[in-house]
Amino acid sequence: MIIGQLTPDAFAFGFFTLLTLGGAFGVAMNRNLVRGVIWLIVSLFGMAGFFVLLSAPFLAAVQVLVYIGAVGILFTFAVMLTRGMTNIRERYNEQWWLSALVSLAAFLLLFFVVIVPVWGNADPITAPLEVATTVDFGISLVDGNQYVLPFEVASLLLTAALVGAIVIAREED
Amino acid sequence: MIPIWLYLTVGAALFCIGMYTVMSRRTAVAILMGVELMLNAVNINLVAFWRYGEQLTPAGGAVIAGQAFAAFVLVVAAAEAAVGLAIIIAVYRNWRSVEVDDVDLLRW
Repeated sequence: MIIGQLTPDAFAFGFFTLLTLGGAFGVAMNRNLVRGVIWLIVSLFGMAGFFVLLSAPFLAAVQVLVYIGAVGILFTFAVMLTRGMTNIRERYNEQWWLSALVSLAAFLLLFFVVIVPVWGNADPITAPLEVATTVDFGISLVDGNQYVLPFEVASLLLTAALVGAIVIAREED
Repeated sequence: MIPIWLYLTVGAALFCIGMYTVMSRRTAVAILMGVELMLNAVNINLVAFWRYGEQLTPAGGAVIAGQAFAAFVLVVAAAEAAVGLAIIIAVYRNWRSVEVDDVDLLRW
């Protein structure tokens, strides 16, 4: 249960945890939605750092490109187009305390399940030294025995979402 | 090496903060941000389990399921954000509001 000696990746883990959870708290607490989007971007950047620590560099790059690049800009535009940050009466609805209670209880339950070996096997698990690379990932996406069908379905879903978003948001004339 | 329970704890905390955002905020944009946080928490868990699991199949190929799953979650999250924000803009055009309490046309 002890992290042991402070290695560089332990420092990196602490830093990214700070970014991720701090950004998430910023999203949850902030009154101004533009600042909320900035906090969301901070949080997503921390998650990209986690992907680097977990030796998934492709996912980290995609996280920065898709989330910070595209989704962050999308949220910024939505906030600006709806003027959501100027006419806010109240940040929270009337059940915010109940939500906080439920969220805290859910976190305690998850934390309990994570640290207590309910289903046996309390041995410390170490990550394998060999790790699949981005090349393996790319091959798996076009391999007929692996993920070529989900890959095509995902592209179809993105096309449908693109067309649907344009149709929904368009001014009807 | 970071033990896996730390990643899982961060994922759980992130998921619960996202859940709190979804349940307590009034603005639809903030609720969508909470959904994004929850999806990303799941992604951290998926990639962590992949990293700490077996990397080679018995046939000698690479196990990539966790990364592939996380990538598909990312695709779906991007699609969800695009359509959700389009709906929010359409709702704003009709109601002049982005607060979810105001949009109660279908409420019984």
